[in-house]
Amino acid sequence: MVASQKSDGFVVFDGVQKSYDGETLVVKDLNLSVAKGEFLTMLGPSGSGKTTCLMMLAGFETATHGEILLDGRPINTVPPHKRGIGMVFQNYALFPHMTVGENLSFPLEVRGLGKSDREKKIKRALDMVQMGAFANRRPAQLSGGQQQRIALARALVFEPELVLMDEPLGALDKQLREHMQFEITRLAHELGITTVYVTHDQTEALTMSDNVAVFEDGRIQQLDPPDVLYEEPCNSFVAQFIGENNTLDGVVTEIRGDACVVQLDGGELIDAKPVNVTQVGERTRVSIRPERVEANKDRLDADAHLIKAQVMEFIYMGDVFRTRLKVAGNENFIMKTRNAPDQVRHKPGEMIEIGWMPKDCRALDCPK
Amino acid sequence: MSTKLKLIGLSSVASVLALSAAAQNPVSLTIVSWGGAYTASQQRAYHAPFMELNPHVTIANDDGSANALAGLRAQAQAGNVTWDLVDMLPSDAQLACDEGIILQIDHDAMLAPAPDGTPASEDFLPGSLGECFIPQIVYSTVLTFRPGAFPADAQPASIADLFDVENFPGRRALQDRPGTNLEWALYADGVDPDDIYEVLATPEGVDRAFAKLDTIKDHIIFWTEGAQAPQLLADGEVAFATGYNGRMFDAIEVEGMDAEIIWDGQVVEWDGWVVPADGPNVDLVMEYLYWATDTQRLADQAKFISFGPARASSAGVVGQHADLGIDMAPHMPTNPDNYFAPIVLDNDFWADYGDELRERFANWMLQ
Amino acid sequence: MAMADATAQTGSATDSRGRLLTSDGTPLRRALERANRRRKLTAFALVSPLLAFILIFFAFPILQMMWRSVDNPQIVNALPRTLDELRDWDGRAVPPERVFVALHADIMDDLERPRREQRIGPLGVRLNYELSAARSAISRTARDVPNFEAPFREAFTDAHRLWGQPELWRVIQREGRPLTLSYYIAALDREYDEFGNIVKRDENRRIYVSLFGRTLALRLVITGMTFLLGFPIAYYLSSLPMRYANLLMIAVLLPFWTSLLVRTSAWIVLLQQQGVINNTLVGLGVIDDAGRFSLIYNQTGTIIAMTHILLPFMVLPLYSVMRTIPPSYVRAAKSLGATPWTAFRRVYFPQTLPGIGAGGVLVFIISIGYYITPALVGGQSGRMISNEIARHIQQSLNWGLAAALGSMLLVGVLVLYWLYNRLVGADSLKLG
Repeated sequence: MVASQKSDGFVVFDGVQKSYDGETLVVKDLNLSVAKGEFLTMLGPSGSGKTTCLMMLAGFETATHGEILLDGRPINTVPPHKRGIGMVFQNYALFPHMTVGENLSFPLEVRGLGKSDREKKIKRALDMVQMGAFANRRPAQLSGGQQQRIALARALVFEPELVLMDEPLGALDKQLREHMQFEITRLAHELGITTVYVTHDQTEALTMSDNVAVFEDGRIQQLDPPDVLYEEPCNSFVAQFIGENNTLDGVVTEIRGDACVVQLDGGELIDAKPVNVTQVGERTRVSIRPERVEANKDRLDADAHLIKAQVMEFIYMGDVFRTRLKVAGNENFIMKTRNAPDQVRHKPGEMIEIGWMPKDCRALDCPK
Repeated sequence: MSTKLKLIGLSSVASVLALSAAAQNPVSLTIVSWGGAYTASQQRAYHAPFMELNPHVTIANDDGSANALAGLRAQAQAGNVTWDLVDMLPSDAQLACDEGIILQIDHDAMLAPAPDGTPASEDFLPGSLGECFIPQIVYSTVLTFRPGAFPADAQPASIADLFDVENFPGRRALQDRPGTNLEWALYADGVDPDDIYEVLATPEGVDRAFAKLDTIKDHIIFWTEGAQAPQLLADGEVAFATGYNGRMFDAIEVEGMDAEIIWDGQVVEWDGWVVPADGPNVDLVMEYLYWATDTQRLADQAKFISFGPARASSAGVVGQHADLGIDMAPHMPTNPDNYFAPIVLDNDFWADYGDELRERFANWMLQ
Repeated sequence: MAMADATAQTGSATDSRGRLLTSDGTPLRRALERANRRRKLTAFALVSPLLAFILIFFAFPILQMMWRSVDNPQIVNALPRTLDELRDWDGRAVPPERVFVALHADIMDDLERPRREQRIGPLGVRLNYELSAARSAISRTARDVPNFEAPFREAFTDAHRLWGQPELWRVIQREGRPLTLSYYIAALDREYDEFGNIVKRDENRRIYVSLFGRTLALRLVITGMTFLLGFPIAYYLSSLPMRYANLLMIAVLLPFWTSLLVRTSAWIVLLQQQGVINNTLVGLGVIDDAGRFSLIYNQTGTIIAMTHILLPFMVLPLYSVMRTIPPSYVRAAKSLGATPWTAFRRVYFPQTLPGIGAGGVLVFIISIGYYITPALVGGQSGRMISNEIARHIQQSLNWGLAAALGSMLLVGVLVLYWLYNRLVGADSLKLG
């Protein structure tokens, strides 16, 4: 799981704990290292501690215990305005009484830059977000997407090495959000800045990040690149939280190295890949991604596992079909198939046979 | 004692006779007065006994006298007179009388004669009765001082001492109006009490009064409400305070405040009843007035407050304070020992020159 | 395709004059008006009770007050013939006998009227505003008029000296018209000289202009004080969780719920020279017994008392504005490198300006109406123009002058509000 990656990181959380009331820990023993130039996303449901971590890094909250290091320096006692960290807020926090230009000028003025320097940098930052023509507008005269760009430009205009973003796209509609996701990652990589990004939107996390830290209950559950995270979730929380997921509960009956057999609660035996089951007789929850379920036997390998299923519902979604099945007693088993010319559209009530590869069927811990 | 009983008996017989003809329907009279100790004294001397004699009558007190003229005008203009009887100052009463919003009084017909048969017009103190005005009391504005503020062998005794900050240092609480202050300034400057208004009617006289006031200006605290003056004295904020003699009596004798009254130059004025025209119960009010302004009733009020009765015949029957049991005669402004250098407030003068002098006084306060 | 055609046809239907029609053929504009009229009527019906209330109990009395400041019926009503005869008088010497004959006739007429309708009383009061002793000239003469015999000029001048002075006649001539500016002239510390020019009053009778000035200055100080004291409190309250903030807000609102007399007594006990504050300072040896501060019965008293009463009017709008400023603005400023002070000065403070404006305007305007408190604790130097207005309403009963002063105050406030609107913008007012 989470290795203690200290020392060489650009941003390092070393055994950080945080409590607001002295009774419960919001952040429990956090260890995290972000390399220079890395785009790290903290992903988790609300109340999982991710925003608290970001605020501790920005300096608006103090760690109850442990050390946060920035470029090797402990920054626990450094006030926020001396940390030199750029930050984009959830509601943008553009100063409403200043024009766009004045907003961007603000960090440069407090750093004592001359007028010509400021103008040069402001222009560059605005051009960077394609807002060069808006310097004299007030934030209230801008659309949400435009405000978002300005907030980004303002966080970058003083050329910080680290930028923090707290759910910056939460208020935008879907299309704009996707566009901005792309813009932000492009800029981050072009400028080579280290980014710590907080979101509860897993798609955002998967599409933007170099690494994603999944938060739950004040701990990092898994820290991995997006593909690893998606395809190899290390526990049932991560599997459930990232992407769509079919689960079947059962008991481990046999373990043979890289494979195991699970007897489902309905009695069927299936092959699975043991992830965090260790002994026979242990209860487990197996997880299969809907897109890895296949009803067309031609597309399955010989060692694929087959099981009977009853079609409950067929949903046409354009690019894909969602078929809700009853499998081993679970009525919410989803099969996602591509809308290909030869793809069968199943009728409710129909009995079919589906299958999946054992490596896609991961035996995880069974939550109580 | 026996005379008193006889008098009450007589008057009650009179009022019972007077009212026997009227149907005994419950009636409520609204009587407007000054509130506080003053209304309380009227309640005990007049209202309560009258209600006892006339069980169908209830009397409600309204503390509106401070703005009585404004109230009378407003009610007359609105054509809805709700006040039955109003206690007010003679100067305002004269204005209301000129405007016809209060009733004219035929003194000898509407008011009781003295017990010896002297008609009312001769029994009431000279000059006190007005066309529409029936005086109840003589009150005065007096100078009061705190003995503790001065050495025992150099206590102030006259109005001149008020203007002598060298020998009598300390702050002075004066009322924030020209009345009394201008009179005293001239009196202290050597003008005879009888000539004061003659002098004050000339521009030179006014200048002279203000010049005298200038000498104590830095030592003055102005008060607005009657209750402030004794309070300032009691708190030790001032060495001298002007105030109404009734309030000062209350503060000294009832509350036990350490202060003494200087009767020198007391500014004497009447206060009394007027009857609003078109009031709801004029006949009953007239019964009340006949009874409540007779010799004994006026003397009775002095049992509860130290204002002098407005009838000469009442002076002899003033007794002891109802609660304190002290003789009230020495505390009456009209007592010969106190009435040695009175300045009788000239309402005609103030009606004529009040507007101008108030402006001048306000200007002087602002400087 | 068929559907699209149908829509296009109905959508473009027009009458002969090219106006757009609805599907049933009525012009679109008229249909829209009809639909809107109904909505307007409903809106009006909802608003009308309050509108009527405001008109009857607010607008009408204000107009009545303004009317009273120029209304001048007393002389015209009482002396119609005299005014006729005075029309050609040059204002120099005592008028000729025919004027006195007319005066005699006017007064005789008036004495015929029922007492309630007699015009002599109000006439005397009115003339006395312009000329001292005119009231007694009227009232004393009026009683004897029935016994007068020609020549009336001698009879009148014997009865009262003022009848023999051109001054009184000039006042009658000048004010013998239904409307007058004389109350405004008096309210500006001006008067007419013998040639009818408006000149400044004697220096020792000028009050109102300097009082207006002092009132303005005092109110600015009070507004400033409420701001200085109210801003930190509002800031602190806005940073607290709601339930603590509400609890503390009660403490701020406490002066509202305390009666005037209790409050005043408390101030006196605290502030007077023998009061708690001075005694404490003397006891601590900070000042000696002779150096006690005068904190009451002067301007200081007025400022302290008024600041106390009016503080909530500053705190409430400030608080409600500050509540709406998310903490992320200051955080953003800090993350951009601003020190806490710079973040406050350049980011937080400017956003509280609407609240400061609203609080300032409220405190300033409300403070105009207070006259009891200044009278009780303000001594001579802490009095304001409102005290003079109250005095004229309640005691001197010169309602015309009170109305003129009140109207000037009203106009003054409107001008200030207009200025505020020009400088800051009234739409930025936030009252919560």
